[in-house]
Amino acid sequence: MKRFADLLELLALTPSRTRKIEALKRYFTEVPDPDRGIALAVLTSEMDIRNVKPALLRDTVLAEVDETLFRLSYDYVGDLGETIALIWPHKAEGELPGLSVLVDLLNHTSKAELPKVIGGLLSQAAIHERWALVKLATGALRIGVSARLAKTALAEMSGIELQEIEEVWHGLKPPYGNLFAWLEGKAARPDVDHAARFHPLMLSNPIEDKDFDKLDPRDFSAEWKWDGIRVQIVMGAQGVSMFSRTGDEISASFPDVVGNVMGQGVLDGELLVGHDFDARSFNDLQQRLNRKVAQGKQMLELPAFVRIYDMLFDGDEDIRALGWEERRARLEAWFARNRQTRLDLSEILPFGDWNDLGALRRQGADEHGHEGVMIKLRTAPYVPGRPKGFWFKWKRDPNVVDAVLMYAQRGHGKRSSYYSDYTFGVWKGNEIVPIGKAYFGFTDEELKQLDKWIRANTTGSFGPVREVKKELVFEVAFDSAQKSGRHKSGVALRFPRISRIRWDKPAQEAARLEDMDAFLGAS
Amino acid sequence: MGFIIDRNLYVPEIDAWIDPSEPKARAIITHGHADHARSGHGAVLATPDTIEIMKVRYGEDCAGQFQGLDFHEPLTINGATVTFFPAGHILGSAQVLIEAEGQRAVVTGDYKRLRDRTAQPYEAVSCDLLITEATFGLPVFQHPDPKDEIARLLKSVAAQPERSHLVGSYALGKAQRVIALLRDAGWDKPIYLHGAMTRLCELYEALGVELGELLPATGMGKAEMMGQIVIAPPSAIRDRWSRRFPDPVVCQASGWMSVKQRARQALVELPLVISDHCDWDELTVSILESGAGTVWVTHGREDALVYWCRQQGLNAEPLALPGLDDDGGEGGE
Repeated sequence: MKRFADLLELLALTPSRTRKIEALKRYFTEVPDPDRGIALAVLTSEMDIRNVKPALLRDTVLAEVDETLFRLSYDYVGDLGETIALIWPHKAEGELPGLSVLVDLLNHTSKAELPKVIGGLLSQAAIHERWALVKLATGALRIGVSARLAKTALAEMSGIELQEIEEVWHGLKPPYGNLFAWLEGKAARPDVDHAARFHPLMLSNPIEDKDFDKLDPRDFSAEWKWDGIRVQIVMGAQGVSMFSRTGDEISASFPDVVGNVMGQGVLDGELLVGHDFDARSFNDLQQRLNRKVAQGKQMLELPAFVRIYDMLFDGDEDIRALGWEERRARLEAWFARNRQTRLDLSEILPFGDWNDLGALRRQGADEHGHEGVMIKLRTAPYVPGRPKGFWFKWKRDPNVVDAVLMYAQRGHGKRSSYYSDYTFGVWKGNEIVPIGKAYFGFTDEELKQLDKWIRANTTGSFGPVREVKKELVFEVAFDSAQKSGRHKSGVALRFPRISRIRWDKPAQEAARLEDMDAFLGAS
Repeated sequence: MGFIIDRNLYVPEIDAWIDPSEPKARAIITHGHADHARSGHGAVLATPDTIEIMKVRYGEDCAGQFQGLDFHEPLTINGATVTFFPAGHILGSAQVLIEAEGQRAVVTGDYKRLRDRTAQPYEAVSCDLLITEATFGLPVFQHPDPKDEIARLLKSVAAQPERSHLVGSYALGKAQRVIALLRDAGWDKPIYLHGAMTRLCELYEALGVELGELLPATGMGKAEMMGQIVIAPPSAIRDRWSRRFPDPVVCQASGWMSVKQRARQALVELPLVISDHCDWDELTVSILESGAGTVWVTHGREDALVYWCRQQGLNAEPLALPGLDDDGGEGGE
């Protein structure tokens, strides 16, 4: 357990992604089965210790600590798990058992006995082990490590591609003995049922205007680029699952989709919300995404559906090697056989040449707020990853606005001594109101200049944040603008980045809040 | 019942203030941190070490006159007697015992009970009225053994020989304690100092605290600083000053570092829970040991400690002293 506690602490406090991966690799290489498999399950949120809830831990502590002192402490620390770990008043000599023994113990102790068992464990632990123990027991890690990062470490450690690991991942169970055996070359790749597993997605490459000269429009098909999230629907004998593009299962958040899908196979599409297949904004979708478990009211107001654009398995048959055109025909036939209320087909856009499509793209952006169009080679097989030459995304030109720098904050990791996170705003009457925040889009050289400018033009400091003179103008590019209660301006930008630093431009000539209305209309 | 000290830490019998935040004609100073020792007083009564520290920090003429008083030496002025007892916080730090009208009142200043060879060791003093600090006055504060924390630092240095370790420490007290702990753990390489540390380290050495070889951190090449330990003020370790070091590991030595959320927010990669204040258990033990029937609580999280005292049947109340902020300030850790 000590080793795992050390790992969690390092992951929580090390800003560098590379170092996190190194630490994970070391752990997975040096710690034996089954402990490393349990750790992997904890880090990827595949482990659920059902009976241990925060309330139970709290009651266990309140049996030992005065309630008022606990409340004052919680107010100060701000995190229940950490308060419990820090305040536990007993210290016994002893060592915690290994991770797998610990998890077994917690899972096989009756609810009535749990407080005593947890109390005993807390007493045996050193202070930072208590912290890890509480995180383990409640399953709420919140240390800034994603499941994908853990899998990336497995890939780097073994030399096996991340995609291959993701492909088998959903057929595996903790403590993953067969996975580690495969990664270490001691056994063959685990054999998992396709119907229960996620298949890594095929991704597209951006296309530039100049690329079109080399491409014959007759070889390609086009569709709108939908502004939702990419999902895969796996319909097997055991039921229907839905996965995000990184292979995280999100079925529990969208029972209105997975509970209403008919048929068998594996489909690729875009998750959207709205009534009668009329997609609403990404902002609305986000309200559903933020919930781990769906709520009835939201499902009524923001029903989810999936706009399907590809098929990987037709029933049990793997059709990924077929060309796009044949897969599309299979998909349309499948739709004709299986009537759907939560799936619809992404429409094919007819076009003659690239100029036609360009006009369509601009019209779609202006009239419907479409992000752009997808262009797919008719003969392309379905290849996981980002193969060259098969799928292209042709995004509409970004929106830009001239905004004034308001606040700067220090960055993380290598940038921690630089002011690299910028909040900017536009004029509302005589004041500037914030519309967004960005931390990339500039070169290292520009970062140095900005850092210097900020230090020389600071008007106030609040912890890591500096307020600066409202004099520097950024040209900010963004994908879309939404109404939002988050900022005083009532406007929030999607995917903002600094496209140019306008050292030359006077702040008085920056945009006004009224100018933002034009962008709000388009989405 | 009237007390021989008032709630602003003024002692009428001898017309003197203890650790006043503004210039006063007569001041008794518990220790050299800026939230306790200010410049500009008329006359200052303090331990000889504290007077030396004040002179180094604020200049020889930072008070109209100084009177040094050794630990355990009673000094009677008018009807009251003042005696200093070691507080164990930093070099020269004292608890102030005032005796008058048959009453004993102790102002602890900042204090800790853990052994620390850079400060005279704490002694319990019995009294009727105890005025205690409460910087870490919540039961979540349970300071670990500082030797274990230093061992974590040295382990990290050994594991990452290509990086510099920058240990954020306040220039007075914490820096010298961390250096002494490193020496006692067997670290005999030079320790590199930010310029703000130099004079106070020299003073500690002159007053008999051995710190080993100390070198300025500036002017060294990046390659030379690989695997080295640098002590700097917390404000410097994440700022421009740190760019001169190879891929620095940001460490911070402070009692606050036990709260990992805080360490994360402060972008500290290696938190070292090394405190120069009492933790919760030490505070409560000290209150009981003093035998005081009345406890005034100041400097920090007063609520919890006042609540606890009242549960023990003691008279207790918080003092809201002007100019003493709990966090962030130098004396706060």
